[in-house]
Amino acid sequence: MVAAMEAFFGAAWPVVWSAAKIIALLVPLLVAVAYLTYAERKVIGYMQVRIGPNRVGPKGWLQPIADALKLLFKEVIVPSEAHKVLYFVGPVMALAPSLLVWAAVPMTDGWVVADLDAGLLFVLAVISLEVYGIIIAGWASNSKYAFLGAMRASAQMISYEVAMGFGLICVLLISGSLNLSEIVRQQGNGFFAELGLTFLSWNWLPLLPIAVVYFISGVAETNRAPFDLPEGESEIVAGHMIEYSGMAFALFFLAEYANMILVSFLTAILFFGGWLSPVGFLPDGFLWLALKASIFLFLFLWLRATFPRFRYDHVMRLGWKVFVPITLVWLGVVALWMVSPLSIWR
Amino acid sequence: MTEIKSFTINFGPQHPAAHGVLRLILELEGEVVKRADPHIGLLHRATEKLAETRTWIQSVPYMDRLDYVSMMCNEHAYCLAIERLLGIEVPIRAQYIRVMFDEITRILNHLLNIGTHALDIGAMTMVLYTFREREDLMDAYEAVSGARMHAAYYRPGGVYRDLPDEMPKYEVSPYKDAKQVKALNRAREGSLLDFLEDFCERFEGYLDEYHTLLTDNRIWKQRTVGIGVVSPEEALAWGFTGPMLRGSGVAWDLRKKQPYEVYDRLEFDIPVGKNGDCYDRYLVRMEEMRQSNRIIKQCIDWLRKNPGPVMTDNYKVAPPPRERMKTGMEELIHHFKLMSEGIHVPPGEVYAAVEHPKGEFGVYAISDGANKPFRLKLRAPGFAHLSAMDKMARGHLLADVVAIVGTMDIVFGEIDR
Repeated sequence: MVAAMEAFFGAAWPVVWSAAKIIALLVPLLVAVAYLTYAERKVIGYMQVRIGPNRVGPKGWLQPIADALKLLFKEVIVPSEAHKVLYFVGPVMALAPSLLVWAAVPMTDGWVVADLDAGLLFVLAVISLEVYGIIIAGWASNSKYAFLGAMRASAQMISYEVAMGFGLICVLLISGSLNLSEIVRQQGNGFFAELGLTFLSWNWLPLLPIAVVYFISGVAETNRAPFDLPEGESEIVAGHMIEYSGMAFALFFLAEYANMILVSFLTAILFFGGWLSPVGFLPDGFLWLALKASIFLFLFLWLRATFPRFRYDHVMRLGWKVFVPITLVWLGVVALWMVSPLSIWR
Repeated sequence: MTEIKSFTINFGPQHPAAHGVLRLILELEGEVVKRADPHIGLLHRATEKLAETRTWIQSVPYMDRLDYVSMMCNEHAYCLAIERLLGIEVPIRAQYIRVMFDEITRILNHLLNIGTHALDIGAMTMVLYTFREREDLMDAYEAVSGARMHAAYYRPGGVYRDLPDEMPKYEVSPYKDAKQVKALNRAREGSLLDFLEDFCERFEGYLDEYHTLLTDNRIWKQRTVGIGVVSPEEALAWGFTGPMLRGSGVAWDLRKKQPYEVYDRLEFDIPVGKNGDCYDRYLVRMEEMRQSNRIIKQCIDWLRKNPGPVMTDNYKVAPPPRERMKTGMEELIHHFKLMSEGIHVPPGEVYAAVEHPKGEFGVYAISDGANKPFRLKLRAPGFAHLSAMDKMARGHLLADVVAIVGTMDIVFGEIDR
């Protein structure tokens, strides 16, 4: 059938095919974002001895749809002193990278929009762009609270990208490839994988400190609790989002949840064997990746329900004085390990 | 060189951590607070002036609305003031009931404080846990007075009526089936005292849960240890009372130092802090809840064994029983005079203070012999605490201001009055 379509579209086929792939990726992603908000409200609800949304549709399943509709019909208020153009560029700049980055994320073997050889670099670069959306939004709103929030967000995101970057270098070292699909395939080889215990061959075991640091940095990078101080509702009320309403606000919201899903997927891909099945006798596939990512997403929600919020200086201290040294030391350890006779990656 | 200007922000009155209507002008340098200037008066209702135009007893419900999270304690101070001016004795059973409800109120207040303090610091689950327990205590309020918050249960001369023999129960509805209702009504089968006893048993466990959630949490400690430190001398000089003073290590508690009602017959301890920071004040409040629980248990035991009147039999102060009012001329006159004019309080002045959950809540009343106070002055503990805002917040970060507002346990009903 694909061949017939190719003949029909002729020269335009690569464009059509890419567009189809993009839609096939983004639509489920946005649905996942919508239902992540539902899951969050339900999970945190049960953790807080209440039941969460249960009125819209059966068991509240239509709640995200209702929320989206409500936001669509809300007026987008522009503060009179705000920069009219940048005020709208901000949310777009926040959402665009968090959707763009998915191009390089493999869903299962071969299922990837753009199988980049420099996939890991692409991911890092695009994630770094996100901070601009927040800075622009905070500045353009012309509000002191928004400005404080933007300052906090940018400092925090930049600091944690350093630790994240060093962590990824470790992954790069042992995989020898920047291609995300290749990184996953590499994790299927090794001593334990041959015994059928694939989950012990994944990167998390030799890179355990890095995996932990990476996930925590990911939480900080997405500005989620307990690192939610850029929006810290009880301090600076909503930070950079304070002046936004309606869909402009919803874009930030979408970006935040898309990023949560992304961090969970990346953690699963880089350290927990992506789509590989944990044991030899079960088939590999996308479901494994989704399951692993769901576990990390649950962790996100669990953290939010449990911990108080960090303070600005503590976040900086954790990032620069704890995570960067840990990742640097482990980078050295891994590098030496690889050239030593004890190397397990030959 | 460019001039560095400090950054002034308006923290409140519409701010989620402003605990009502605190308006705080913060001068910031980056995130560091250079000056904190609390503005008050947005909830001013002229309670003191209103009291001058109403009979003594008509002001009792106003007292509920002062500190609207520790309602009965406010009433208590006011009733004590009137009773001292009148020179009447309150029946012993009423004293025990008052003490029991004072301690219930203390738990209510501290639960709200700890829940919202944790919420301000970002631990949002805490507030839902503490509100679950508050619900039970408010049911106890409702059982005796008919109102969940603004009870108006204490009266000069005793309490409005004796404890009820049965608790209101949940009923089956489209949202609650028989099984759920049965579970909800489990503790409500007996009297109010049975219900409270069951709560006291459970509450110890809840307190342990709160400790696991917060006390050893590293982030919680980072956010509260060493924040808003007040030395004992400073605390005394600023007029701190209650947990704010005890958190600094001064063992001052009116329940021990100037016992009123039956506090001298009950066993309880006064927890004190060491460093005078937000963490110590949090621990003091947690321990005070445990002690209050102890007091409630002792009161329940006593109240079970000793039935008796709960209102003074001085008919110049409290209305006579209804049956006798219907048959006796003298009682009818008493009833008419009380209901139309209210109590006449002999001339004099008095200061009555109770250990309110937030500190020393005092009522200073002057009577000229009329049925209304000539002047009523209320001493609200929160007012003294808020005045130290600048001292406590200066040099801390913006996020710490939120922690300090939380630890002060500010309620604007009493500060603005």
